[in-house]
Amino acid sequence: MDHDIARARPLSTTGVGASLPRKEDRRFLAGEGEFVGNIKLPGMLHVAFARSAVAHGRVLAIHKPAGFEGAVFTMADLEAGSPPVGPIRVLSSLPGFKPSSQWPLARDKVRQVGEPIAMCVAATRAEAEDIADAVVVDIEDLPAVVDMLQARDAPPALVHEEWGDNIFLETLVEGGLKGDEFEALKGSAAVKVHRRLRTARQSMAPMEGRGVVCTWNTRLDQLEMYTAAQMPHINRAGLSETLGIDQASIRVIAPDVGGGFGYKGILLPEEICLAWLTRHIGRPVKWIEDRREQLIANTNCREHHYDITVYADARGRLLAIDCDSVIDSGAYSSYPFSACLEAAQVGSILPGPYKMEAFRCRTWSVSTNKPPILPYRGVARAGVCFAIETLIDAAALAAGVEPHEARLASLIEPDEMPYDNITRKHFDSGDYPEAIRRAMEAIDLPAWRARQGTPEPDGRLIGVGHAVFCEQAAHGTSVYYGWGIPMVPGHEQCGARMTPDGRLELRIGAQSHGQSLETTLAQVANEILGIDPAHVRLVHGDTGVTPYSTGTWGSRSMVMSGGAVAEACTLMVERVRDIAAHLFQVPLDQVVLAQGRVSDRAGVQSLTLAELAHVWYRQPQRLPPGVNPAGLEVIGGYKARVDTGTFSYACHAVAVAVDPGTGAVELLDYVIVEDAGTLVNPMVVDGQIYGGTAQGIGTALFEEMRYDSQGQPLASTLADYMLPGATEVPAPRIIHMETRSPYTTFGQKGMGEGGAIAPGAAIANAVNDALRPLGAELTELPMSPRRVMAAIAAAGSAAGAVAGRGAA
Amino acid sequence: MKAPAFDFTQAQSVPDAVALLADTARFTKPLAGGQSLGPMLNLRVAFPEHLIGVRQIEALRHAFIDPANGELVLGAAVRHAQIEDGLIPDVTRGLLAHVAANIAYRAVRNRGTVGGSLAHADPAADWVNTMPLLGARIVVAGPDGEREIDARTFMTGPFTTALDEPELLVAVRVPALSDAARWAYVKFCRKPGEFAEAVGGVLIDRPRAVGRLLIGATDGAPVVLEAPTELLAASSTDSQVAEHWTDDRLRAAINAAGIGHDPYVAQLHLTMARRAIVAALA
Repeated sequence: MDHDIARARPLSTTGVGASLPRKEDRRFLAGEGEFVGNIKLPGMLHVAFARSAVAHGRVLAIHKPAGFEGAVFTMADLEAGSPPVGPIRVLSSLPGFKPSSQWPLARDKVRQVGEPIAMCVAATRAEAEDIADAVVVDIEDLPAVVDMLQARDAPPALVHEEWGDNIFLETLVEGGLKGDEFEALKGSAAVKVHRRLRTARQSMAPMEGRGVVCTWNTRLDQLEMYTAAQMPHINRAGLSETLGIDQASIRVIAPDVGGGFGYKGILLPEEICLAWLTRHIGRPVKWIEDRREQLIANTNCREHHYDITVYADARGRLLAIDCDSVIDSGAYSSYPFSACLEAAQVGSILPGPYKMEAFRCRTWSVSTNKPPILPYRGVARAGVCFAIETLIDAAALAAGVEPHEARLASLIEPDEMPYDNITRKHFDSGDYPEAIRRAMEAIDLPAWRARQGTPEPDGRLIGVGHAVFCEQAAHGTSVYYGWGIPMVPGHEQCGARMTPDGRLELRIGAQSHGQSLETTLAQVANEILGIDPAHVRLVHGDTGVTPYSTGTWGSRSMVMSGGAVAEACTLMVERVRDIAAHLFQVPLDQVVLAQGRVSDRAGVQSLTLAELAHVWYRQPQRLPPGVNPAGLEVIGGYKARVDTGTFSYACHAVAVAVDPGTGAVELLDYVIVEDAGTLVNPMVVDGQIYGGTAQGIGTALFEEMRYDSQGQPLASTLADYMLPGATEVPAPRIIHMETRSPYTTFGQKGMGEGGAIAPGAAIANAVNDALRPLGAELTELPMSPRRVMAAIAAAGSAAGAVAGRGAA
Repeated sequence: MKAPAFDFTQAQSVPDAVALLADTARFTKPLAGGQSLGPMLNLRVAFPEHLIGVRQIEALRHAFIDPANGELVLGAAVRHAQIEDGLIPDVTRGLLAHVAANIAYRAVRNRGTVGGSLAHADPAADWVNTMPLLGARIVVAGPDGEREIDARTFMTGPFTTALDEPELLVAVRVPALSDAARWAYVKFCRKPGEFAEAVGGVLIDRPRAVGRLLIGATDGAPVVLEAPTELLAASSTDSQVAEHWTDDRLRAAINAAGIGHDPYVAQLHLTMARRAIVAALA
């Protein structure tokens, strides 16, 4: 396998493979970025929302404060317009899916704390908040549906009464042996391990929250909306559908965006409200989500429950998985990903990169009186990785082998690639066993095992663990059309234009909010055209001037936009050569473009791109008849040859110290062996891994959005919702492998999410390794000190059962 | 998250501030460094109508050693960072600077004040736990002049103190430790800079007949355990003082503080108390 293919390439200092410093950083470091919060329009007013204080109730009456009737708007006002504003209603074609109607402002019921009820507008945000505080809402309380298992099995109420239950969707995925054969396999398996596992509901907490500034441009008869969005073209489509106006009448601009992670891949109720409001009152309006709204009112992620059994042979080789999984999807189905994506993903990706003989997973997407969930960085994979990887460790323990030995016995081998797994996921390439071997070598497993033999001077317990995962990225049409949601990725385009001074403008429909696309796509242009990356300008995030795209999600941009930029630049090469051939008066095949300069093969005539562009635009009299009149502006389109996506993967290995007196977990060493195919910019890739891993450490140890029995959120500030910071995140040691994808332009694979996937699983395996002498085991994330202490206490009170735990 | 409207007056002196605070027609509160009240205003969990700025009152900004008894007089508006940076005379063998350096984050320490933190009386904050451990006295000024309150009785519950309206906290009098004094102050936080979930403090200063253990970050005022006088005699040892605080005694104190019902919380406080004892003797 060609792991190290990039090393065989000439080492470019500016093109694909170069750690080119980020072009974006100059403005960000100088404080000159432009985020929605920075945007001020003349005459702009500010909006605050009166939001529901209860999790579930019937709205009986909304009283606008006296004297402010003209500054407060309810759903009745929005529905009275022409055309009336409609609800967000996300359909899925998956059989049995039940859609929800989410009104931008609550109409008949409120279904979560923080649901917007009235929109209040004033000259300042503080005054708008004063008005919002004075709005009185009469609500008849209904029992809150808080826990997902209770919501499914014994609901105290129905979130959407017309459904008859609280289930958005139930799915069943099966593969391999079925029926009696599956049962026979279960009966004969040497090892059987069963666990009930939970991952916490998390808040995605990007540094910049959401925000909207919009105005109605009367000259263009067009809504202009600045919004912190990952998928501006999708927001435009959703606004069009709910507002009842055509898409050409809407321009959505995502300026600099301070982190997305999936939190900004959504059509917002607030966007719909402000779009209506600016047209209704004839003034620009602004709403900036504050941290409390972000934490209590707006979308969450990642709340999973697994009831899972794994079967293995006597040496820990995986034979079968049998799993029931419940996902708390919250109150509504968000646009465009829907409430079904997370659970449906769980069912199909649970096998990960493992081979097995039978697989069965039933999933329930359950509705509760909590905010909707969205696909967060790594989407369902963080929970899935926690489930399968902790069970592999448990199976290894039961089989009496080291966990990595069990994995090596079960992973897809490199010579089997490309490989279709038991759920028909098509793995493009990779050497998973090698990643594990390198990770074990780097973390130095024998050294930690030796250290465990001697008590630590401070009484802490040492553990070492690891996890492996695959990250399907850049999913194409064939993967997505089956969901039947409002968005299916298809062909990606890039518009490229050479300016009269020989610079290059690239226009893409995706949006860069930390992915460094302004740098990496310039590197792609450099690779094809030889143009200096400093002379490439990326235009993105603006529906008015970019091609349609589903946007930036699913680690797709480097594959899809990168492919489209390469195609556009390849077309541009042909245009440049055609013009040069006519100018040089030589046959086309005598013209070559190299290092940003076009020449004839004889070496007699030569022009820089700037000189050629000058002739084309400013001295057309020099061009003979027959030159292609299409000029120096092209649209390049891309779709991967096989569009099922690329599979990046990694092995995270970690050593921990657990304090049995407090439950605190310290990360002593952290190694990541990552393979993302060809690395377009290794420095940017490292940055993505660092950031993702930090978020994954949050999943593992800190982040938890808790609710009381009434559905009230128990964290409304970052003092209560704990995010990892610089002191909690060690510097991981990253080791790259580079196995090219056979299906993408440069062999690159999407990799933006991987860092966030494995830490929960890897750290759980390490913590459980540390606690093994006590007979304690953690089965829930995050592994807060309270949960660690509870596990230790439970082991102490069940000391007699300790010996049997591994194979329970 | 914008603060509701309020009036603001900068007080020029302690009597000026006390007079302004005596206005009962409006809900009036003093504002010092604003590191607690500021967020509470923005979160709209506090709705004072009139804030009295006290940070710039000259008399509150200084710290000095009282020549009469060697005590440190710490002005209420002294900032945590000044103590952390060693700009304040030290009579505590480094305890105050150690505590100050671990309060929240430097940005908070740059503005937050000793008096503000004490008067706010968050059980998980540091000065409400440190000052009782040191046996300090809180100096408050009212319309009739000043009075002193033992720090061990100053805090009466979560976010409540023995301050009467319109009294203003003006200083803390910290007694000087002897050269033989040994101390420890440990706390458990989920992350450096977060509020503590448990605090353990120990001060053994037998020449001054002090043997004290503190269990802090409870649901209310900290628990202070004084060692029996006989253990503080010249013939005893620091270890003998420490041995008095058995797990049983500590658990009883934790239960008496009303935080024993939660096994995790109880264990955390026990661990911090134990570690404070070990650290003090180290």
